[in-house]
Amino acid sequence: MTDILVAYGIPLAIIVAQSLALIVAILLVTAYVLLADRKIWAAVQLRRGPNVVGAFGLLQSFADLLKFIFKEVIVPAGANKGIFLIAPLVTVTLALSGWAVIPLDAKLVISDINVGVLYIFAISSLGVYGVIMAGWASNSKYPFLSALRAAAQMVSYEVSIGFVIVCVLMTAGTLNLSEIVEAQKTVWYFIPHLPMFAIFFISALAETNRPPFDLVEAESELVAGFMVEYSSSTYMMFMLGEYVSILLMCAMTTILFLGGWLPPFDIAPFTWVPGIVWFLLKVFAVFFMFAMVKAFVPRYRYDQLMRLGWKVFLPFSLFWVVLTAGVLVGFDLV
Amino acid sequence: MIATAIAFYLFAAITVAAGFMVIAARNPVHSVLFLILAFFNAAALFVLMGAEFLALILVIVYVGAVAVLFLFVVMMLDIDFSELREGFLQYLPVGALVGIILLIELLLVLGAWVIAPEAASIAASPTPAITDIDNTRALGHIVYTQYVYPFQAAGLILLVAMIGAIVLTLRHKPNVKRQVIADQVARTREQAVEMKKVEPGQGL
Repeated sequence: MTDILVAYGIPLAIIVAQSLALIVAILLVTAYVLLADRKIWAAVQLRRGPNVVGAFGLLQSFADLLKFIFKEVIVPAGANKGIFLIAPLVTVTLALSGWAVIPLDAKLVISDINVGVLYIFAISSLGVYGVIMAGWASNSKYPFLSALRAAAQMVSYEVSIGFVIVCVLMTAGTLNLSEIVEAQKTVWYFIPHLPMFAIFFISALAETNRPPFDLVEAESELVAGFMVEYSSSTYMMFMLGEYVSILLMCAMTTILFLGGWLPPFDIAPFTWVPGIVWFLLKVFAVFFMFAMVKAFVPRYRYDQLMRLGWKVFLPFSLFWVVLTAGVLVGFDLV
Repeated sequence: MIATAIAFYLFAAITVAAGFMVIAARNPVHSVLFLILAFFNAAALFVLMGAEFLALILVIVYVGAVAVLFLFVVMMLDIDFSELREGFLQYLPVGALVGIILLIELLLVLGAWVIAPEAASIAASPTPAITDIDNTRALGHIVYTQYVYPFQAAGLILLVAMIGAIVLTLRHKPNVKRQVIADQVARTREQAVEMKKVEPGQGL
């Protein structure tokens, strides 16, 4: 019995501790990323943004957290109670579980699995369930309509994300995220795959329902989208899930196209900086672009969104898959 | 081994329970959600067997795409399911027949392994050990070399089905306003703006 405890208990305890540390770190980063999002948006519009709670508003996210937690959870009378309460949990759990395979530095990853890219792709394609379940369980018209739109949007953009990922993993020759980063030692993939980088970035915006593709929330048309009936903690979990998956998408962009934890030049002053610092810097740079897009670009109309996904991105990324395969085989680079 | 066994029985039990709930749940949307749970646990069973590629493809294709469409259709349908449920037992013979045929086929396939264990070793492309090659590569080697024509044929069949579905549902309505981006971009100032001189007190 003690053998079993030693053989399985210790690795289990280690992995639980690692996961908890990662989750706490992600939640802290999310709190400040949320603040940064609001600050950047405010700066573009010549406002100050949150600046009251703590110096420069640094504690604003925590004040919001307390506010959400201490309010009452209201479940509508006609709602399907079980699914209504499971939906936000699904969203948060899926968003957090994607981080299990993200390598923050060489060897600094909880689970270095062979099919890391597919795992992330699977997790992000499951994100649609949180939305559909919430919209249906609310038993109300606006959330339902919005959930249908959101689901169609998320499924559509997954297709082009899939093809973009295929291009990258053909070039790297592996599905393991750490090996994909190592394969970018010579050149970061955003240079040879520049159009795919753009498509991935835009599809990531659509996949995480960020503006200009925030038709899911679309305050001006659908009230608050599929979250209309949600209040307090359940609403907060949706927001949390949304921001964690935005960070996940930033991390994916970094790993697939910007060389993960690798320094920009493999020479002395750059290699002194630890890899995780480069990784975080790149993630925040990508997030800054996400935030700027939110401030600059007006919301897409729904049919334009669908047109962009199916008639522009899908054929082009399909063409790029064939081109990449042709170049790799033709120049014997496999 | 004991951890694997515990995990197997956990996932297997959830799969079976979820599969039962698919047919037992009163609400059809709950049925679909239980179906998704069953798919997900089946994927976990694949992972336990070391088939991580199949597991994730199962999640991506069935859970991420097919089940979403199921859920869409079930949510949109306005059917009185209690009425549908009334003649439930009359389908029992057909269902039992299909179940028995499936069971026999599975027994035949699995039985071959038990009766003739050497059959696996004389297969045209033997499965390489997991330590030699990861299963993404192993699948790629088999699917794109030895079975490339059946694989392409399967793809073609799916394409035909897809085109068929589009042909069946595509309607060209003449009076619908559509946005043609090329027309919008090609518009010049002369076509779009007209200068009118308005006399005071006259109007247009």
